[in-house]
Amino acid sequence: MASLFEYAPAPESRSVVDIAPSYGLFIDGEFTDAADGKVFKTISPSSEEVLSEVAQAGAADVDRAVKAARKAFEKWSALPGSERAKYLFRIARIIQERSRELAVLETLDNGKPIKETRDADLPLVAAHFFYYAGWADKLDHAGYGANPRPLGVAGQVIPWNFPLLMLAWKIAPALATGNTVVLKPAETTPLSALFFADICRQAGLPKGVVNIIPGYGDAGAELVAHPDVNKVAFTGSTAVGKAIARQVAGTDKKVTLELGGKGANIVFDDAPIDQAVEGIVTGIFFNQGQVCCAGSRLLVQESIHDELLDSLKRRLSTLRLGDPLDKNTDIGAINSAEQLARITALAETGEAEGAERWSPACELPSAGYWFAPTLFTNVTQAHTVARDEIFGPVLSVLTFRTPDEAVAKANNSQYGLSAGIWTEKGSRILAVANKLRAGVVWANTFNKFDPTSPFGGYKESGFGREGGRHGLEAYLDV
Amino acid sequence: MPTTLTAFADVTTSDSALRRFLHGLPGVDAVGLEARAAALGTRSIKTTAKAYAIDLAISMIDLTTLEGADTPGKVRALAAKAVHPDPTDRTTPMTAAVCVYPDMVATAKAALNGADVKVASVATAFPAGRAALPVKLADTRDAVAAGADEIDMVIDRGAFLAGRYLETYELIKAVKEACVREDGTAARLKVIFETGELSTYDNIRRASWIGMLAGADFIKTSTGKVGVNATPANTLLMLEAVRDFKAQTGIQIGVKPAGGIRTTKDAIKFLVLVNETVGEDWLTNEWFRFGASSLLNDLLMQRQKLSTGRYSGPDYVTVD
Repeated sequence: MASLFEYAPAPESRSVVDIAPSYGLFIDGEFTDAADGKVFKTISPSSEEVLSEVAQAGAADVDRAVKAARKAFEKWSALPGSERAKYLFRIARIIQERSRELAVLETLDNGKPIKETRDADLPLVAAHFFYYAGWADKLDHAGYGANPRPLGVAGQVIPWNFPLLMLAWKIAPALATGNTVVLKPAETTPLSALFFADICRQAGLPKGVVNIIPGYGDAGAELVAHPDVNKVAFTGSTAVGKAIARQVAGTDKKVTLELGGKGANIVFDDAPIDQAVEGIVTGIFFNQGQVCCAGSRLLVQESIHDELLDSLKRRLSTLRLGDPLDKNTDIGAINSAEQLARITALAETGEAEGAERWSPACELPSAGYWFAPTLFTNVTQAHTVARDEIFGPVLSVLTFRTPDEAVAKANNSQYGLSAGIWTEKGSRILAVANKLRAGVVWANTFNKFDPTSPFGGYKESGFGREGGRHGLEAYLDV
Repeated sequence: MPTTLTAFADVTTSDSALRRFLHGLPGVDAVGLEARAAALGTRSIKTTAKAYAIDLAISMIDLTTLEGADTPGKVRALAAKAVHPDPTDRTTPMTAAVCVYPDMVATAKAALNGADVKVASVATAFPAGRAALPVKLADTRDAVAAGADEIDMVIDRGAFLAGRYLETYELIKAVKEACVREDGTAARLKVIFETGELSTYDNIRRASWIGMLAGADFIKTSTGKVGVNATPANTLLMLEAVRDFKAQTGIQIGVKPAGGIRTTKDAIKFLVLVNETVGEDWLTNEWFRFGASSLLNDLLMQRQKLSTGRYSGPDYVTVD
């Protein structure tokens, strides 16, 4: 966007974070090499620069980590809740103190804009630890009877889209309830989890309570299958979620799965249009659309379709794509070459099936993985881009005529994770929200998160709830 | 692109038609509006961009004194400051205007001595607007006759809040006519809504449309005389209104936030709102102004900091 008022580069300094050339697995309070000595590289998706070399967990390492967690479980679960809370509060405070460092690190390893890691990810990570720290000594009053017991060792596998936030969603409630943890971060974003391991040491957390084992899908599968794991928590793709569900079937492992989505963002003709446009942008372009609850289907009332699309296109033209460390960047890099290929392929399918593709004029950097914000219009329920989760900055625009049709189309999905309603009419919000089969329904906003609010899906979006009082249940023997 | 108001001709034929139109405008979600304004407030404007923004902001100031204690001496000092904001650096741009009460217009005009700084005058029983229509029109004509280039009028918030929208519209139209000089040219009209008294964002959007339909050249947030004056959110909302109006009529209208903008940081946030809402067409003092008095000195100190690399302090800018 050539303009009179050209913003000068405003990069956040990289010097606040010190990334070591190599990292080990964090098992039993120590950083160690993988048993078979394997390592993998983690790169910065915005530049393809190698950031560090990380030990790659295999079956033997998973076993070692689970044993460490099992050993630590007895003492940890026997601590009074108020004692466990002290560790969690300490971790939360250290995260706040180190938030700038962690935000820069996350932006480097993930590719998302510093604006988001600084203003969304990190504050929410700290908030999650503070919130569950508060529950640790109040479990008697959580509604599960007196003295509810933890499950044991939790095996947790998290995705790359919100690496540290997903870690917080998993680890904070697990520790608050007295479980110990083996967590496998995604192979493209292991660094913030390893920095978290350092924070656990800084907080004096007893050895073995938290174990972090970077690795690939095979390590995740080993962890899920390990006979001494009592609880499996997974956030990621529906395909892997189904495999996990099959794997644990017939065992007494407790499972929560938080999987894909194809969120419908429903805009009625009486919506606050300017704010709806912002909500649509937040819904699908936050974190480059790599959000399981993204509002990737825009359902707009036909009577305002043209007007809304004009506003939306004008707004998209002001989005700033580029260096994720620049404080004025709105759209960062796609997390990996693999994900970029998937987004590219699905967008091509959309075009091939006859949907109309549009992107604002937008120069993509030459190095790294980038995808311009993209709209598809003339989309119907029959189009692939209206059904499949793209997990990228691609919005499919559909229309509806009546509230009933909006609800029917919104619910006509294999997924059921999120939805949005835009109308100035309060009674319509309540009526429509009641009929939507989605775990989260936002009204006149989108992608708002809070640790007090439970989050989870219907249908192929998974089961179990994370966050809030409900999030305790997944880690208690109730 | 259409460049007339014909599309809206039937809107102002009756009170009920105008009411139906205004109440049919899209509502404003307060939380969303404020969140958007706050998000734009996190833009990081550095080095060359900051230098550009500071000079632009200085050139957009309506340097204002609206006190009962205003004297010719005070107004002359203000005029001198408007022409040479920083006596140590003659590359500093002039402010857009000085803004005074009608009885000070002639003094200001004389003091400016032909410099390219406009004289703006408040009128229509500023700031409360509680006077009869003939008084308001006489107040306006008096200021125009004394040489005012611009008139900053206040709407009758009482009429607006009582739902008498057409009366509000007709007041603006009448004042617009009173801005016409004997030679047929006219003073530019800024319409002050006193957004702090209108209180809701829906009201601010409706008032903006009344002003634009009635022929305002500028819409302006506030008098600076009430508790809540210009805010990023109410200014963003008014920018959206002028953007929509231009899209539908082809007519461009200016925006002037006034009151409460005191720091360079604040001013730059408002310029970011302009840049990312209506774009560069409005990035000139013909279409965007700041109603302010103390803002100028902070801009000057920041300007000195950028050019010399160090802060000079309040003794290195003039106190007028």
